[in-house]
Amino acid sequence: MPQIEQIAATLSSQVFWLLVFFGLTFVFVGLGMVPKILGTVEMRDQQIAGDLAAAQAARDAADSEEEAWRKRENANRAAAQGVIGEAKAVAATTSASKLAEAQGRLDARLVEAEAAIATARANAMAEIEAVAADATRDIVARVAGVEVEPAAAEAAVKEVMAHG
Amino acid sequence: MKQFTIEPLLGSEWQLSDGINIAFTNSALWMAITAVLVWVFVAGGMKRALVPGRWQMAVETMTGFIDDLLEANVGKAGRKYVPYIFTLFMFILFGNLLGLVPLGLIPGVHAFTFTSHFTATGVLAIMSFSIVLIVGFWKHGLHFFSLFWPSNTPAFLALPISLIELVSFMVRPFSLALRLFVAMMAGHVLLKVLASFVIAGGSGGIGTGVLVGVPSFILMVAISALEILVAGIQAYVFALLTSLYINDAENLH
Repeated sequence: MPQIEQIAATLSSQVFWLLVFFGLTFVFVGLGMVPKILGTVEMRDQQIAGDLAAAQAARDAADSEEEAWRKRENANRAAAQGVIGEAKAVAATTSASKLAEAQGRLDARLVEAEAAIATARANAMAEIEAVAADATRDIVARVAGVEVEPAAAEAAVKEVMAHG
Repeated sequence: MKQFTIEPLLGSEWQLSDGINIAFTNSALWMAITAVLVWVFVAGGMKRALVPGRWQMAVETMTGFIDDLLEANVGKAGRKYVPYIFTLFMFILFGNLLGLVPLGLIPGVHAFTFTSHFTATGVLAIMSFSIVLIVGFWKHGLHFFSLFWPSNTPAFLALPISLIELVSFMVRPFSLALRLFVAMMAGHVLLKVLASFVIAGGSGGIGTGVLVGVPSFILMVAISALEILVAGIQAYVFALLTSLYINDAENLH
């Protein structure tokens, strides 16, 4: 076994060169590079964690924003419904009052018109009496040649008309 | 066993001080290749992009794996050991895997597994063990010895138990070093033995070739796959046990 046979001749060389090359590796790789690589990994992990936290925060903010928007929207909708109901009620009362007013005017005009008709009829009756009295006088004058007093003719017409 | 032989490539007479030879051997060459490949691999993941590419993803998976390992075994205090455990894991993993690369197909080139030498694994184990001792005594002082004393146990039981605990504690660097060395060497020896069966069976005639050579070759393919798994597992076990031992020192019960 060369490991044992050569030990006396090679021990110092083996130890020396192993210490040299292991030492160089330790200084340049272990101390020089490994901490930087670990730092890179840590930096990346931190960045990922930060990005995730930021994304979570943004999501929470969006959620609360949406919640607030929904509340506002619901309130707006309720307010709009209230406004519509109010407007409806107002419109209903105005139209009712307008209808009532129009009805009143119509009734008044109807009464007026009826009164006018009644007077017109009374006038017409009076006119008819007068016309009848004149006609009677004319007829009497033509037929009998007698001039009748207008008052007498009127009285006669009235009597006839009253008796029908 | 030739694959485990250490040969000087350069400076066979180099000496640190009198009698301490530091020749640049094939073992040292493969340690250097391992160091360079680990550096290249990790440097490829240094783009530090927010959205990682494939290479960066692979490197971050490895660092994250070691980071999670220490987090799970040591806790928050374990983060400061990530550079060491990561280097340890990658160095052993690349060393193990490089030994399995079939470079022997190129004439004159031989792959060498430096983790199959207990001199190399021993240094790694002693480093880990030293860190445990230094951290333990630095943080807890002499109170660190309470690691061996079981709590809520009568003294006549606690005394022998603490001796056993002390022995098992002192055995740790040996078990760390030997586990890796044995696993690597056993795998390579097994492949070597099966390969010699293939050659011997093939040269023994068509009958033995089909009867011995072909099944041995199929087994070699399967065991090569197993060895890749073992290379990863042994690197993981070394890193895991080191982190467990560090946990003892960090969080004294």
